[in-house]
Amino acid sequence: MSARPVTLPRWADVYLMPALNVGLAFLASGLVVLAIGESPLEATTLLLRGALGHAEGIGFTLYYTTNFIFTGLAVAVAFHAGLFNIGGEGQAMLGGIGAAIAALMLGSLPGILALPAAILAAALFGAGWAAIPGWLQAKRGSHVVITTIMFNFIASALLVYLLVDVFRPAGMMEPSSRVFGEGGKLPFLHEIAAKLGMKLPKSPLNLSFVLALASAVAVWLLIYRSRLGYAIRTVGANPTAARYAGISPERITILAMAISGALAGMMAVNEILGVQHRLLLAFTAGYGFVGIAVALMGRGHPAGIVFAALLFGVLYQGGTELAFDKPNISRDMIVVIQGLVILFAGALEFMLKPWVAKLLAGGEQA
Amino acid sequence: MSNPAIRLVGIEKRFGAVHANRSVDLVVENGSIHGIIGENGAGKSTLMSILFGFYEADSGEIIVQGKPIRIRSPADAIAAGIGMVHQHFMLVDTMSVAENVMLGMEGGAFTESGLSKARAEIIRFGAEYGIQVEPDAMVGELSVGLQQRVEIIKALYRGARILILDEPTGVLTPAEAEQLFRALAELRRQGRTILLITHKLKEIMAITDHVSVMRRGAMVAHRKTGETNPQELAELMVGRPVGQPVRAPGITGQDVLLDVRNLKVTDARGVLRVDDVTFAVRAGEILGIAGVSGNGQSELVESLAGMMPRRAGEVFVCGKPVPPEADAGTLRAMGLAHVPEDRQRMGLVTIFPAHESAILGRQDNPDYGTGLFIDQKAAIADTAGKMSRFDVRPPDPLLKTANFSGGNQQKIVIAREVETEPDVLLIAQPTRGVDIGAIAFIHRKILDLKAAGKAILLVSVELDEIFALSDRICVMCGGRLMGMRHTEETDQNEIGLMMAGLEAKPGENAA
Repeated sequence: MSARPVTLPRWADVYLMPALNVGLAFLASGLVVLAIGESPLEATTLLLRGALGHAEGIGFTLYYTTNFIFTGLAVAVAFHAGLFNIGGEGQAMLGGIGAAIAALMLGSLPGILALPAAILAAALFGAGWAAIPGWLQAKRGSHVVITTIMFNFIASALLVYLLVDVFRPAGMMEPSSRVFGEGGKLPFLHEIAAKLGMKLPKSPLNLSFVLALASAVAVWLLIYRSRLGYAIRTVGANPTAARYAGISPERITILAMAISGALAGMMAVNEILGVQHRLLLAFTAGYGFVGIAVALMGRGHPAGIVFAALLFGVLYQGGTELAFDKPNISRDMIVVIQGLVILFAGALEFMLKPWVAKLLAGGEQA
Repeated sequence: MSNPAIRLVGIEKRFGAVHANRSVDLVVENGSIHGIIGENGAGKSTLMSILFGFYEADSGEIIVQGKPIRIRSPADAIAAGIGMVHQHFMLVDTMSVAENVMLGMEGGAFTESGLSKARAEIIRFGAEYGIQVEPDAMVGELSVGLQQRVEIIKALYRGARILILDEPTGVLTPAEAEQLFRALAELRRQGRTILLITHKLKEIMAITDHVSVMRRGAMVAHRKTGETNPQELAELMVGRPVGQPVRAPGITGQDVLLDVRNLKVTDARGVLRVDDVTFAVRAGEILGIAGVSGNGQSELVESLAGMMPRRAGEVFVCGKPVPPEADAGTLRAMGLAHVPEDRQRMGLVTIFPAHESAILGRQDNPDYGTGLFIDQKAAIADTAGKMSRFDVRPPDPLLKTANFSGGNQQKIVIAREVETEPDVLLIAQPTRGVDIGAIAFIHRKILDLKAAGKAILLVSVELDEIFALSDRICVMCGGRLMGMRHTEETDQNEIGLMMAGLEAKPGENAA
C-alpha cells in the first residue's frame, strides 16, 4: 500500500534531472554571492573566464578534472555494488605511497618501464587499502561507511610516519620524499606538445588525464558489459537475487571495494607521478571526498562522471581565479557550491521528481 | 428505503500514465457482505486505499450513510466509521493485545484506565462475535489467525460500522478461514457492513451477498452472489473465457531425480525451520507441498536450491550427492532449476532491463558470450525468443523488469528456469500475484514439464493449485512433513486438517 514510485522517461532521468538539480545548486549559490554583496553575474563571468577563457586556465581545469574522474569513478564502482566507499582520501594516500615506492626504486630506469610499474603500484596499494574494509564488511558485517572513514585517519597517520621517519632525506626540514628520477615522472602535456612542435602554456596537466579518460571507458565496460560488472550490479540491487543466481555477495563486496580503491589510488598518479614528482603530505586535498559529489551528480555512469568531474574542475580553477579577483569571495565559496550540489543532486534528488513527472504527464495529455 | 452504507460515484484516480480507477461506481448495502473481486492491478487496492484515506481520488464522490464526505486520511475514514484490516498486519509484536487495541487512543498520560477499558471491550467483542482473544497475551506469540482477530477488534474498538478486509485469508489455514467467515457472518447479523477484497472465487461464493468485479481500473459488473457462478465471475475478471488445463494422472518415469533424506535446516538465528524431512520425487512426477505459509516451506526450497546451508541430512540430485556447501550455481550445474517464491525479492532484479533479468543465474552460461564479457546481442535475442514462446507482454527485452506486470514477470522467470532443460525443478508459489489468464498458462507449462519427464517439487499455499497439479501431496507444518497422500486418495478437508498440524494416522503414508 505504499505510494507508487514516480517514474520519468529515461531522457528526463538522465539529462533533465541532473541539469535541474545543478541549476538549483547554482541558483542557491548565486543567492549566497548576492548576500555577500557581490554580483552573481559578474562572479559567474569571472569564474568561467578563469577556468575556460585561456589555454593555461584550461590546462589547470583539466588537471583538476583528472583527480575528480578517478575519485568519482571509485565512488561509483562501489556504489554499483551497494557500498558507500567514502575512504577515497585514504586509498589515494596509499596509492601515493605505492607510486612513490615504485618511482623511488625504479626512477633511474627509462619511463617506459618505471611508469607502468608505478601506476600499477598506485592501483594495487589503493586496492589493498579498500579491500580490508570490504573484507570486514563481507565477513564481519562492519559497515564500510564507518571503516572507510577510520581507514582515512589510519592512512593519514601512516603517511605522516613514512614521510617523517622513512622517506625524508637526511637534513631536509619538510616532510617529503626526495624528487623521483626522470623515469618516475609522467610527462606534462605541454612537454609532449613541445616535442610535436606545438606550443602550449605551462600547466600541471599531464598524461594522467588520458589515463583517467581510459579508466572511464574501462569502468563503463566493466560495469555494463562484463560478467563481473553484472555480478556487481546484481549484488548492489538485490543481494538475495545474487545468492539465488549463485553469485557470492561476500566475494563481490571485497572485489568491488578493491576495484574502487584501485581507482582512488590512481588519483595519486596525477598528483604524485604527474605533478609533484615526490611524495608529500596532504596531496589528496579532499579530492577523495569530492569524488562522492561527482559520482552522485554523474549518476554513477562513467560518462556522467566525466562531465561532473569537468564541472568540478571548472569550479576549482575558476574559483581560484575568482578568489584572486574578488577577495570578498574566498575559495570557501567553492565548498559552498559543492555542498549545494551534493544537497540537490544527492539528498534532495527526489524533491523535484514528482513535479517534473506531473509537468511531463500534463504535456503528454495536452 | 434507507441509505446504503457506502456509495461511490465516478471515482477517478491516475498515477502518472496509469489509470488505476476509471469512473468507479459502487453501492454497498448496510448489513451486507460485499465482495470485490479482480485480478492483480485491477484497481481493487487503489479503490480501498481511497476509501480508507491513503490516497485521495482525483475526482468522484464518496457518500457514507447518505452523507457526502471527503476522506483525506485514515483518521477521516475512522471518524466516518470505516475500519480496515490490512493484508499485512499493522501490529506491534512486543505489545499485548490490549495495548495494541488501545494504541493511538490511550486516553491520557497514563495507560491504566485505557487498558482496562480496552480489556473489557476485547472480552465483549469476543463474546458477541465469536472472536475471542486473550487481552494480555503478547501479540508476537499469537497465531496468524488470532493476530487477524486483533486487527478486527482494533477496527471495531475505533467504532467501525463498515469493515474493509484486504485478502484476509491469504495467510490462514482453511480452518482459520472458516472461523473468520463465521465471525464475519455474525458481524453482518448484528448490522455491520463488510467489504471483502479477494481474488478467491470460492470465498466470494461462500460468504458474500453481493459481488462487484473490477477489471483494468473499471467496475465491469455487479451481481447478487446467488445469481452468478464462479465461471461467470472468472470470465468477467479476465474479460475472456478461461480454461483450466487438466492433469494427466500417472507418473511417466521411474528414476528418482530428487532424493531428500532427513534434511534439517536452521535459519540465521539458529531456529530449526526444516525438521527431519525425507521425500523423493521421480521423473515425470509433481510432488506438491501444501501448508500455511511460514511453516518451513521457504527454507526447504531455499536449502535445496543452495541458498541456505543445511544443518543435517543428505540430498541427491539425479542420483549424485549434493555437497553441503554447494551454492546455487553448483546446483544449477547439477541439473536443478528454481522458480523462487518471491520473484521480486530473488527471482529478478527489478531495476535491470528484462534481458539482464532473463539471464540471472545463467550469467556464466557460454550462450551469453565466453570470457570476461556478456554478449548483449545474444542475451537480447535469447530473451526475445523466450518472450514470444511464453507470451510475455510487452515483448520488449530492453524494458525495465519492474515495468512488467506480475504475471509477465513470473513468465520471464519461468521461461528462464524451464528453457535450460533442467532435470529437477523447484517451483514455489508459481502463481502468487499472477492474474487468472496467466495462471492457466503457467499451469499448462508445469504440466508440459511433467510430461517431458522432469521431477517437479511444487510448493504452494493455494490448495486448489496443489490439487490441480500434484501427483502426490505432502503437508508441511511446523517444519515437519505431516504425511503424504496420493492426490486421488485424499481431499481438501483431510489436507486442511494436516495443515493445521494434526498428525497423519500411521500406516497411511503413501510411498
